[in-house]
Amino acid sequence: MLNASNLECVRGERRLFSGVGFRLAGGEMLYLQGKNGSGKTSLLRMLCGLTPAADGEIYWRGEPIGRLGDDFRAELCYLGHHNAIKEELTPLENLLASARLADEALDPDAALDALEQVGLLGREDLACRYLSQGQKRRVALARLVHERRALWVLDEPYVALDTAAVELVAGLIGAHLQRGGLAVLTTHQTVAVSAGAVRELQLS
Amino acid sequence: MLKLIRAVIGRDLRLAMRRQADVVSALFFFIIVVSLFPLGIGPETELLRKLAPGVLWVAALLATMLSLPRLFADDHHDGTLEQLALAPQPLGLVVLGKVIAHWLVSGLPLALLAPVLGIQFDLPNDALWVLTLSLLIGTPALSGIGAIGAALTLGVRGGGVLLSLLVLPLYIPVLIFGAGAVDATMTGLGPQAHLSLLGALTLGGVFFAPWATAAALRIALE
Repeated sequence: MLNASNLECVRGERRLFSGVGFRLAGGEMLYLQGKNGSGKTSLLRMLCGLTPAADGEIYWRGEPIGRLGDDFRAELCYLGHHNAIKEELTPLENLLASARLADEALDPDAALDALEQVGLLGREDLACRYLSQGQKRRVALARLVHERRALWVLDEPYVALDTAAVELVAGLIGAHLQRGGLAVLTTHQTVAVSAGAVRELQLS
Repeated sequence: MLKLIRAVIGRDLRLAMRRQADVVSALFFFIIVVSLFPLGIGPETELLRKLAPGVLWVAALLATMLSLPRLFADDHHDGTLEQLALAPQPLGLVVLGKVIAHWLVSGLPLALLAPVLGIQFDLPNDALWVLTLSLLIGTPALSGIGAIGAALTLGVRGGGVLLSLLVLPLYIPVLIFGAGAVDATMTGLGPQAHLSLLGALTLGGVFFAPWATAAALRIALE
């Protein structure tokens, strides 16, 4: 479903990588590996269509993502380096606002359920600025609980999380793959995911 | 489409309410700058009346400039802007929502305060009304045009100064017709022509600016 061929990334004067390609089908997950600065985040942003590739093409269901535009973005869930949560809002408000802005239907009960699953029950009415780094990451990851879009692109999802939360996120990704979804993620810690085939891509 | 714009406005207004210091400081800036002129010039009503439209409009431009750098900077900083750019809807509509929200917390309060401040300049009643009306019609254009500048200077070091240099020249037509409307009322010409042109500027600005801003934001996100 997601094909990339011959991708090249140039940042400033430096060529980070070239000739990168892969094929990913439903129920498969791609681990991107590489040193710091090897271009993992750049590749993820290319897959989302945020950064144009210097060379090469990315296809979703056989069509270039640039031509699909909104149709591609409607099937994409991206979780970046930053948590994309507002410090002034509570976890519940953050979750509801981000769902509304992404044009997803999420009712308050479902949002509360998502927060309960990531272990933030009792904190849902506290402004996010009072939460710890790990708790903020959990707020961001709570989006994944009811996320049914086909392609998940996750940048370092396990960062700042404790072991229980890492298990939980791995479980969410496993369930997503079982439903036939695709996931692309970067991480420095390998975590076993319950279902789905795992591919690896080394950037050097 | 309307749902998205409403969601953006709702979120931005809620954020503004939680961060009232930003809104209030721009308003106080407006009040203080405008009040300095009668104090500095002294009680020469003829001169004050002549200066009033220009002073109030220039102060409104500067007060609007104060809040512009943060229009997209916070969203850019915490990653929300990426999420907005990846939403399956046109980014221009998101920008339109943000422009409307910016106007509601900056332009609208300025316009509502203006008649009170205008009294300090001994403006006659009808001129006070036209002043308020001209600010109500003209300030949305300030938010719209400002959004383009805010997007172009996103992530640039020292972007605040660059933003003023970029945006203030573009505000000149709004200033001319806005202050001109009040002038024309006092000289007995009637403000209709100026207000119509001001309305045209606002319609053009609010309609076209979001798309230019969206393009600038996509470049800033690369």
